[in-house]
Amino acid sequence: MAHDVHDYVRTKEEQEYIRRKRAQEMRHMLTSFAMMIFLTLIAFTAVAAGFSTYLIVPIILLLAGVQVVLQLYHFMHLSEKGTGTIAFFMFSGMFVAFIVILTFVTIIWW
Amino acid sequence: MSSIAKKSGFGATVWDYITSVDHKKIAILYLISGGLFFLIGGIEAMMIRIQLMKAGNDFLSAGTYNEVMTMHGTTMIFLAAMPLLLGFMNAIMPLQIGARDVAFPFLNSLGFWLFFFGGIFLNLSWFLGGAPDAGWTNYASLALASESHGIDFYALGLTISGFGTLISGINFLVTIINMRAPGMTYMRMPLFTWTTFVASALILLAFPPLTIAIFFMVFDRMFGSHFFDVAAGGNTIIWEHLFWIFGHPEVYILILPAFGIFSEIFAIFSRKRLFGYTALVFATILIGFYGFMVWAHHMFTVGLGPTANAIFALATMIIAVPTGVKIFNWLLTVWGGNVSFATPMLYAVGFIPSFVAGGVTGVMQAIAPLDYQLHDSYFIVAHFHYVIVGGVVLAIFAATHLYWPKMFGTMLSEKLGKITFWLFFIGFHLTFFIQHFLGLMGMPRRVYTFGANQGWDLFNAISSVGAIFMALGVIIMLVNIVLTTIKNERVGNDPWGDGRTLEWAIPSPPPFYNFAQTPLVRGLDTYWIEKMEGNKEGMIYAEPLGDIHMPNNSFIPVVMSFGLFVASFGALYHPDGYSWTIPVLVIGLLITFGSMLLRSLKDDLGFHIHKEDLIKDREGVKTDGHK
Repeated sequence: MAHDVHDYVRTKEEQEYIRRKRAQEMRHMLTSFAMMIFLTLIAFTAVAAGFSTYLIVPIILLLAGVQVVLQLYHFMHLSEKGTGTIAFFMFSGMFVAFIVILTFVTIIWW
Repeated sequence: MSSIAKKSGFGATVWDYITSVDHKKIAILYLISGGLFFLIGGIEAMMIRIQLMKAGNDFLSAGTYNEVMTMHGTTMIFLAAMPLLLGFMNAIMPLQIGARDVAFPFLNSLGFWLFFFGGIFLNLSWFLGGAPDAGWTNYASLALASESHGIDFYALGLTISGFGTLISGINFLVTIINMRAPGMTYMRMPLFTWTTFVASALILLAFPPLTIAIFFMVFDRMFGSHFFDVAAGGNTIIWEHLFWIFGHPEVYILILPAFGIFSEIFAIFSRKRLFGYTALVFATILIGFYGFMVWAHHMFTVGLGPTANAIFALATMIIAVPTGVKIFNWLLTVWGGNVSFATPMLYAVGFIPSFVAGGVTGVMQAIAPLDYQLHDSYFIVAHFHYVIVGGVVLAIFAATHLYWPKMFGTMLSEKLGKITFWLFFIGFHLTFFIQHFLGLMGMPRRVYTFGANQGWDLFNAISSVGAIFMALGVIIMLVNIVLTTIKNERVGNDPWGDGRTLEWAIPSPPPFYNFAQTPLVRGLDTYWIEKMEGNKEGMIYAEPLGDIHMPNNSFIPVVMSFGLFVASFGALYHPDGYSWTIPVLVIGLLITFGSMLLRSLKDDLGFHIHKEDLIKDREGVKTDGHK
């Protein structure tokens, strides 16, 4: 009921804690953003440098995997509390899909 | 509105069931239609055994035999075993976790009706120009060459019922993750709930590959694409991969709930806490994971190469480890228990040697070089009937006896139940044990007849006699059900006297809101803990008695599923060049999407059961312990 609602005033410590937490989160986001730019640069450089395809393709796939994880944890908030089940199902699904693709690539289409 | 059941006419009852979104009523619908398909599949099995009774029999022609054999497998897996298990999951799982319903009651109803219309569509093939005849695995080279519309019925029917199963699986996952009663942590969930959870996760990950495969098949057969047509640059092996990426997890979708049912039975009838609960849970999860890494063991003879065969052979053998863990845990649950051999316990005890036999032959086939000998022989037929009949069907029969009082409020006759068990159990071993040897003697599977000079006459005759025993067992079970329903002797909350989990703490059958107050869970085997502490009510409550919000019944799921049923006829006859096919397809899809739109736009806020009605209800119900 509306009349039951009390205005909640944060204590100074809580305010301070939240502020620090947000600052930290922001730092994480900026760091991973920088890392992602850097990883993208590596990928482009690898192609531009004209290495063998057998080197470039695995490197790009690996970097892509890292990017996905960074994206999920730092920008899509998978690192927060209460996301354990979601993460478990997502990674199980990815794992199954990975095995399928690996098998198809190696024994059907190679 | 009052929640006390009123006497209503037959038509009103039927309408109530058709439109119901109550998990317990949907469970009964699953049981009825799954049971019906089980009987149809059983009749097909009897026809197979009559045909193979003697050498050179002409009871069925070669073509009809292929149809009967295909429909037997397809019906039993997709339309009998899985829906029957989904029925028990629906009936029991929400009760075990202390929930009032599943997370999405509307979707639950939709899942059932999609399965139902898919099943009906598939079986209509018998009357509309011939059933599918490429085996339940429907390998693409055979399927694309099949001339009748049978394969089209298979592809479209399974697409529809596959949607239904996927919806049910997601629904159960959400229910178990979000709707457990306060205190019911993951590691306090009953084993049947755990296996429902893992099986639903397998449904979630395994059905999409099947949907894709069948989608390709539909387009290859009806709309001129060439995914599997080698002559046009397709690849027929991809069907096999996609099918078994689904197909192997599928057998775990069937067997894990069976494991859950037996886990409950062993604990109840040994009057002991499950031995190694944690190990059982982790073995279940592990089996679920391994299920996705082994599918190519169905394809050892395709020519994947020695490396692939070796990897998949090893992965397959690993599955024996968690399964072995389970078997030993069950044995140790029984060990030292105060065992009572009621009918469900007979099934559970019969299950262990039967399933172990099936598992051992499975490990034999995992050895790729040996599989070259066993492949496509009757040894394979014997193996998978040992795991599916010896595991899943025994579990379904056991659950029928165990949960009948909880679902219908009457006890099935123990005497007839035991007769059913012995007839079925003896018949099962008589039918299938000897097929191992037929396989080793060289009899290939899926042949419609054999010659008198091949030396397979006697063993086939014995196998057919066994099938008669199994049929008699099923008939006696039906008689049992009819007699019990006529007698209608009502039972209390805990008719077996040793119930351990929450479902036994509430009346049989439970009121439609299940729990007047949400229970508070204080440990594994919630009801047992309360009983042992002398709590007469069987549970303690997490909330005061208050109004309960319930969903309204809805007819929309039936219409939605019916639309896809209509659309399928349009797609099916499209390659014949009739002018009406595309309009029918469009009309069917319009019905489906129109009802989806209606559902989205029309607010359906449900209703409340008032506190006063709950109190009145409680007085009218028998809540004393057993008998």
